[in-house]
Amino acid sequence: MIHSLFLINNAGDIFLEKHWKSVISRSVCDYFFEAQEKAMEPDNVPPVIRTPHHYLINIYRDKIFFVSVIQTEVPPLFVIEFLHRVAEMFQDYFGDCSEVAIKDNVVIVYELLEEMLDNGFPLATESNILKELIKPPTILRSMVNSITGSSNVGETLPTGQLSTVPWRRAGVKYTNNEAYFDVVEEIDAILDKSGTTVFAEIQGVIDACVKLSGMPDLTLSFMNPRLLDDVSFHPCVRFKRWESERVLSFIPPDGNFRLMSYHVNAQNLVAIPVYVRQNISFFESGSSGRLDITLGPKQTMGKTVECVVVTVHMPKVVLNANLTATQGNYTYDPVTKILVWDIGKLNQQKLPNLKGSLSLQSGAPKPEENPSLNIDLKIQQLAISGLKVNRLDMYGEKYKPFKGVKYVTKAGNHGHFVVTNWKLHNILASPFYV
Amino acid sequence: MLESSKESLKLEAMKRVVGLIAKGKNASELFPAVVKNVANKNLELKKLVYVYLVRYAEEQQDLALLSISTFQRALKDPNQLIRASALRVLSSIRVPIIVPIMMLAIKEAASDLSPYVRKTAAHAIQKLYSLDADQKDHLIEVIEKLLKDKSTLVAGSVVMAFEEVCPDRIDLIHRNYRKLCNLLMDVEEWGQVVIISMLTRYARTQFISPWKEDGVFENSEKAFYESDEEKRKSAEETKPYAMDPDHRLLLRSTKPLLQSRNTAVVMSVAQLYWHLAPKHEVNIITKSLVRLLRSHREVQYIVLQNIATMSIQRKGMFEPFMKSFYVRSTDATHIKTLKLEILTNLANEANISTVLREFQTYVKSQDKAFAAATIQAIGRCATNISEITDTCLNGLVLLLSNRDETVVAESVVVIRKLLQTQPSEHSDIIKHMAKLFDNITVPMARASILWLIGEYCEHVPKIAPDVLRKMAKTFHNEEDIVKLQTVSLAAKLYLTNSKQTKLLTQYILNLGKYDQNYDIRDRTRFIRQLIVPSERGGALSKYARRILLAPKPAPVLQSAFKDRDRFQLGTLSHTLNSKATGYLELSDWPPMAPDQSVRNVEVAEAMKEWSPAVGKAKSSKSDDKFYSDSGEEEDEQAADSGSDEEGGSEGSTRTPVSLSSEAESENSETSEDSSQSEKSSDSGTGVKKTTTQKNKKLQQAKKPRKLVSVCDRVCVCVCQQLSSPVFVPVHTYELLHRMTGKGLAAQYHFSRQPCIYDDRMISVQLTFSNNGDHTLENIHISEKTSAGQNIHCFSPIECLEPEKSVTVSMGVDFNDSTQAASFQLCTKAEGFNVSIQPAVGELLLPVTMSEQDFSKEQVWGAVFAAKLVSSGALVLVCVVQKDSGAQLTVNTEKTIIGSMLLRELQTVLSQGS
Repeated sequence: MIHSLFLINNAGDIFLEKHWKSVISRSVCDYFFEAQEKAMEPDNVPPVIRTPHHYLINIYRDKIFFVSVIQTEVPPLFVIEFLHRVAEMFQDYFGDCSEVAIKDNVVIVYELLEEMLDNGFPLATESNILKELIKPPTILRSMVNSITGSSNVGETLPTGQLSTVPWRRAGVKYTNNEAYFDVVEEIDAILDKSGTTVFAEIQGVIDACVKLSGMPDLTLSFMNPRLLDDVSFHPCVRFKRWESERVLSFIPPDGNFRLMSYHVNAQNLVAIPVYVRQNISFFESGSSGRLDITLGPKQTMGKTVECVVVTVHMPKVVLNANLTATQGNYTYDPVTKILVWDIGKLNQQKLPNLKGSLSLQSGAPKPEENPSLNIDLKIQQLAISGLKVNRLDMYGEKYKPFKGVKYVTKAGNHGHFVVTNWKLHNILASPFYV
Repeated sequence: MLESSKESLKLEAMKRVVGLIAKGKNASELFPAVVKNVANKNLELKKLVYVYLVRYAEEQQDLALLSISTFQRALKDPNQLIRASALRVLSSIRVPIIVPIMMLAIKEAASDLSPYVRKTAAHAIQKLYSLDADQKDHLIEVIEKLLKDKSTLVAGSVVMAFEEVCPDRIDLIHRNYRKLCNLLMDVEEWGQVVIISMLTRYARTQFISPWKEDGVFENSEKAFYESDEEKRKSAEETKPYAMDPDHRLLLRSTKPLLQSRNTAVVMSVAQLYWHLAPKHEVNIITKSLVRLLRSHREVQYIVLQNIATMSIQRKGMFEPFMKSFYVRSTDATHIKTLKLEILTNLANEANISTVLREFQTYVKSQDKAFAAATIQAIGRCATNISEITDTCLNGLVLLLSNRDETVVAESVVVIRKLLQTQPSEHSDIIKHMAKLFDNITVPMARASILWLIGEYCEHVPKIAPDVLRKMAKTFHNEEDIVKLQTVSLAAKLYLTNSKQTKLLTQYILNLGKYDQNYDIRDRTRFIRQLIVPSERGGALSKYARRILLAPKPAPVLQSAFKDRDRFQLGTLSHTLNSKATGYLELSDWPPMAPDQSVRNVEVAEAMKEWSPAVGKAKSSKSDDKFYSDSGEEEDEQAADSGSDEEGGSEGSTRTPVSLSSEAESENSETSEDSSQSEKSSDSGTGVKKTTTQKNKKLQQAKKPRKLVSVCDRVCVCVCQQLSSPVFVPVHTYELLHRMTGKGLAAQYHFSRQPCIYDDRMISVQLTFSNNGDHTLENIHISEKTSAGQNIHCFSPIECLEPEKSVTVSMGVDFNDSTQAASFQLCTKAEGFNVSIQPAVGELLLPVTMSEQDFSKEQVWGAVFAAKLVSSGALVLVCVVQKDSGAQLTVNTEKTIIGSMLLRELQTVLSQGS
């Protein structure tokens, strides 16, 4: 299975290496560098690279390449999923998964990696278990440790490891028992120039922060579970209960975790919360162009649309933009050719508008494609699909927990890397129109 | 510092050493100093020393031996964590001398009380095997022992060891097969992946192919023309395929894992279904795979690759999700290309217009490599779907005036390929391209145009010599590939139109003769000998025309993923499209099913072991449910002041039934009943509402009692294991007698599986057999006479040979009534009116209800909760023992169904006594 792991930063330095079997020279990474050079952009590096004796499977996350070395057949997703789990674990332990954080905590990182894999096979990947084995660093703890000499390595085997609920640690105690659920929905939509929806879907997740003592057994039910088209669960959720009754019944892990993610696929049901009127045109002569974008709220169910940001990837020939915004401010980066217009809150009365001229490289032909617009937004206290949590019941413990549910709608943001939101298809004269 | 007496100093020093290791710097000279600390009491220090040891022991074997005794001691430590980590380090030190010690340690740890230590032992097996392969036989013994382990913790690791050490010893799996299937849900995620892929291989060797059904018709058709003997043989084959219950068990136990958050697990279940499930069941994986596309970039890449392979074979699977494969401007290039590939595979007559419109936006993409790939995709669509070839060609010709060079070049290449399929009609396109020739600079495109003109010079007799003239001028500046094509063009023209081109050809051949590239020199020499008649080469030049102007077959534009299906999906080999080290071939289905009983031995044992537990769990849970339910009902009834008794809206029917048999037996009977008909289902809103209501009431009524949830979870799982349609009694009913059907006989039975057409339908399996002496053609359902009943027909059977039978399934929505569904069954010649009559029990779907507390001492009985398939109304049945008799209660909204069910149950139960 996984033989070795190298962490490589954007500059191409290998700043950490770990071997689970015999040592493999870091020169194996040369093949990776070669592929990286060829790919130009970090996103374009192929996830699986073949070298004469090994296979390199890599992921790119938070500006770090996690490159694992494989020697024999293994499902590639197995490795990729594991590497992402490692990155998430770093994030969980150190707050962020950056090169600095990893270098500062190199010993803990090493202990973690040692615990997570044995001979290349995952051993413990549940954060609740790992945190019992290796305590996360805090300022207080490091001070106490340096004075008393006690260690931050757990002495006994976490009980969770042996039980049938490996995700929960035993003996949890809180004075305030709380359970919070965030229903976060993302709309992913493609609109064409006239504003009609080409494609729209809603993806949602329920992130939970559960701080409850003992072994609570929770049941979460929805007002309208039929909305959910496709779901995936944290292992703690009892699938049978979901299948028969459409309720989530689970013994939660302690702390933050993603309870479920779901998909709402109803083409016509997806309410697009804003509308866009846009006109970007380039003139044949005079090497200039015009831009005019107006945004307005639509179907927001009485909630305000916030954090609206419009991003336009301009064609290469656009040298500069001279625009005026009635609300918010815009920046144009002539190097990356990205126009960003940060609007903020969407005002019902006065619609924000961005208007002005674009200057093009003189002599260059007029760009063929009209750029597409990506729109980012956020709506608090609204799940755009209409999903509502009905109630949360707790069994197994006697206290009364404090419960809370929060709804947020965002424009689609695939995981942590792709910011695809609102591609406005520009349908021009169509040679292939059948 | 390592020598220091202070522990904190040592720890600090060790941390620095580990820091060095992490950076990849050499810290091996510290070995002696570090080894001394191996026996230290401080656990963190100890762990760091372990890290160091594992890293450098291989290099300094002698010194490493010093630490061995410490580990041996630690192996006996009462703390399981210390035992396990000692074993881990001991087995990770790659020093050949200690192999016997390791072997001993593994054997001991394999029978350790702690499953965690046993898990570590399973890992150690692989390590030892890679260190010394001679130990294989001993290690297999240990694996065999660990495979029997019932702990979910161990299962994944030991299967991993099995895969690495002895993947061919399939006989070791037989007895553990069912256990592994049943435990699968509770194994940790990583173990699930390994177990699923192992079971996929296993199933391919042990079960017969479920795909035969599809092939039946071809077979029988073929047999028609063959000898009698062969006919008989194929008749045997045609007998309806019955899936091995164990095969079904595997499919069923992996299905819920499609909902896992771990993408690797989902992928492995998907490949299991792809390789093992009957064709019509494969579709359930589609949604989950499409879901994975919203995950990280790397995950998308792998999943798209697999979808690309699947979509070649089964377009229909992904067609509804076509929009998910639309390219986004922010996708990475390799993801874009894969999506393009999939869209091309999915394109058909119906959706081609949308696909092309989508492609047309891609052509304008700023990512030129991607735009070029799109043009190729258009070319592939054009060849696959003949209706649009012309449209595509026109579109591509328009693209020739594109400013971007790569786009133009790619279009030229694709046009060339397309033209080759039908050259005669498109001479104007060739002319157009010849005109554009001057502006095109990309060598590949220039070469393509030259080739086209040369190949079809007869269609463009005027232009061709002119192009050659231009080429003669610029010959020395061209790329090699263009030069080669120029030489070919010259040769072809010389043969067809030697008057105009003789001098030009000779000039070009002379230029080629002194070219720097030897390929071109060779080609020139060859062509000269071929076409210019001389004394020696005369023999060949006769055939020059036939050699050069032979009609060439059009290239087949096909997917790059065409040949990938030889690898198991989801594997590294599949991703790389070449065999990776250690890839285990997926075998073909065996022609005959191997002995099924090999798996039985263990199961009989397991059943004995499990069944009491099951019985108890089931009954206890059921009682619990029952008690609270009935309690509620009573409350309600009391409140309604007995209006129900008069046949009111509540519709609850209760009749005491005298039964002298023991509660145990009824209990088992009912639970068996329930398990038989348990199906996975979408629960209706009605059910949900009722449950929540109940929960509320319960809370009001009683304080929630502490549930031992862990135990409960196990129970639920155990119940699942038993509740399989495997035990469905195949009671068939007659639909059409062979006498009335003039040779066609039809039987039906209720398969008690969720209906794939609609969740409100009940699936009915029909078996047709032809008892007559002539072939029956086009068997289908023509008229659905009964009102209000939805029928999903089976697809028409084209022909049924005499003495053969075929099984199809259909779905009927009975609207929760026992009224027969009647329809007309037609063959090509005649029609017969038939009807299907459901028994009341067939209208029910079991439902799992929430656990509610109960008091064991007072009531002992059994409960069965279900809902009506169509309306989703709840049906609750319970049996309570009272003194010498028993009381049977049925609660449901639908009065008629309730009373019918009650009557039937009553007869069945009294017969039992």
